[in-house]
Amino acid sequence: MLEKALTGNRTYWTWIFFLLAVIGAGTACWFWQFRTGLTVTGLSRDVVWGLYIAQFTFLVGVAASAVMVVLPYYLHNYKAFGKMTILGEFLAIAAVIMCMLFIFVDMGRPDRIFNVFLHPTPHSMMFWDTVALGGYLCLNILISRVSLSCERRGEAPPKWIKPIIVLSIPWAVSIHTVTAFLYSGLAARPFWMTAILAPRFLASAFAAGPALLILLALIVRKLTTFDPGKEAIQKLAEIVTYAMLLNVFFVAMELFTALYSDIPEHVLHFQFLFMGLDGNNTLAPWMWLSVVLAVVALVILVNPTTRRSETTLVVGCMAVFGSLWIDKGLGMVIAGFTPSPLGKVTLYAPTAPELTISLAIYAIGILIVTGLYKIALEVRGQMKV
Amino acid sequence: MAGNRRDFLKLAGLTAVGATAVSSIKAPTAAASTADSHTEASTDGVRLAMVIDLRKFSKDDALIERCVEACHREHNVPNWEDDPKNEVKWIWSEDFETAFHSQEFHFIREDLKGKPTLLLCNHCNNPPCTRVCPTQATWKRDADGIVMMDWHRCIGCRYCVVACPYGSRSFNWKDPRPAIEDITIDYPTRMRGVVEKCTFCEERLARGLEPACVEACGNDEIVFGDLNDPSSKVRQLLAERMAIRRKAGLGTQPEVYYVIDDPRTLQETAPAAVVEGAEGGDHA
Repeated sequence: MLEKALTGNRTYWTWIFFLLAVIGAGTACWFWQFRTGLTVTGLSRDVVWGLYIAQFTFLVGVAASAVMVVLPYYLHNYKAFGKMTILGEFLAIAAVIMCMLFIFVDMGRPDRIFNVFLHPTPHSMMFWDTVALGGYLCLNILISRVSLSCERRGEAPPKWIKPIIVLSIPWAVSIHTVTAFLYSGLAARPFWMTAILAPRFLASAFAAGPALLILLALIVRKLTTFDPGKEAIQKLAEIVTYAMLLNVFFVAMELFTALYSDIPEHVLHFQFLFMGLDGNNTLAPWMWLSVVLAVVALVILVNPTTRRSETTLVVGCMAVFGSLWIDKGLGMVIAGFTPSPLGKVTLYAPTAPELTISLAIYAIGILIVTGLYKIALEVRGQMKV
Repeated sequence: MAGNRRDFLKLAGLTAVGATAVSSIKAPTAAASTADSHTEASTDGVRLAMVIDLRKFSKDDALIERCVEACHREHNVPNWEDDPKNEVKWIWSEDFETAFHSQEFHFIREDLKGKPTLLLCNHCNNPPCTRVCPTQATWKRDADGIVMMDWHRCIGCRYCVVACPYGSRSFNWKDPRPAIEDITIDYPTRMRGVVEKCTFCEERLARGLEPACVEACGNDEIVFGDLNDPSSKVRQLLAERMAIRRKAGLGTQPEVYYVIDDPRTLQETAPAAVVEGAEGGDHA
């Protein structure tokens, strides 16, 4: 089936070569980073994780969100998601691969990556995250491959795949839970040490992921004869709405606990995020933008008229995605390091090579999505000639 | 003084010999019913700890620098002086309030205010850093409780740096070798991309020597020994003096203690009845 991604018109190939160019630039930067060390990034002794790990965290959520189409379709037999399911699964595959790449580029000794498997360590959450992500990738590759090839042959999917699909549902929840556990079990970092981190991660994932899926489905509809169906889009929009409301509620609970208790080591991180600390307010404009986007998104999504209009829905979905990307892909990780355990505030800003490498990993993800979606649509005969 | 040193060397030798040595000193451990509950629950054998006497550090401002230099020279720690972003340090100094950041100090004694305080790896009895390492490249050694590092296994994920509540771990953002002035040949240098930190000079202990920072002091400003041995100098100092630990409330059980008694009490107790006199020291 993979050969179907290797044919296409001029636009298709222009797009592919554009992505390859970005990937090429990022690869060159990565080789430089590999030769010189992570000193080429903006990271430092006090801010030891930054853009890479934040993207990893955000994308685990995107990967997990496939469950929002898989669950209604397979468990509740919700037929309207029939056409969307494969898009969700393929998005999950691309997102997990991006996650793995972001971890890989963050490693000081990528040449020793196999040590994680040579010395498996159950008391490390990172070990479990590796297991969870690897398993989730395998599950999604298997499920999407089996169901798509059956669809091509016009057969019903084999019976044995059903329990595997059902297994993928709690597995999706687990990947983001374990990712939250990477952070929330550390006595050293009060900002992350909150029981609501995992629920909050899941809520933001189930808002940002389906929002992205809506946008992707609409793009695909524009480019091909594929039509996800109005009902499917609207149902997803409702899911995004509820998840976003839950996410905002969870954030408000975090803020209440930290600010009302007024314990400095909890308050200071939020102060850094929204007001700046010791003259360092690099994140404040971003965080306020995130707040504004969240408000815009909720106004559009909660109001039935604007949610049902596709034009405003697109704006709403972009606002959800943007707001949550800032919150999780920027603020969450960096604020955990600021102030440091010794109360110091260190400036962190990603460098050009760091940004290029990150963009390249996103380009790899987009390339995978492009290729896989093309395969799915070719199988269904929905590509425009 | 000599008496103390002799005791110390005996201890260090035992540590180095390993399993047999450990079993030979198990008896006094079991008898040490007065030990803190956490030390009892810990390693059965030797439990190495350090007591930093801030009273004694009051006098000599250059002493801290000498400790840092001795350690960093001994262990080939790179000096990125003009490049704080790449900084690597095993032992360093912060002012007292920063060192004990989680405590709020108001109206404290003049001699403690802003006092340069030595910081290093606490070799926690319940270390959060070893718990998170995905490859067991850092672990607490059973024989004596030292938190060790394997620079050949570390994958450079920096999770241990994130998990350490004390800022005691450094990552080599770039090749450290160009920043080492005089390479000490009998100690390894590190490569870029791995984490490093203080190891309580386990390589010196194995040769029967005291840790480099302790040796640089010379007058018991830093006392090093076995917490599980009730007659050790560290235990006696802790029993007699007011000592605090960094962020003890986190349950990490740091094994570096700071004596914060008023330095004026130092003279009155100068015979240091336990610390030196009781040993029948011949240093006078």
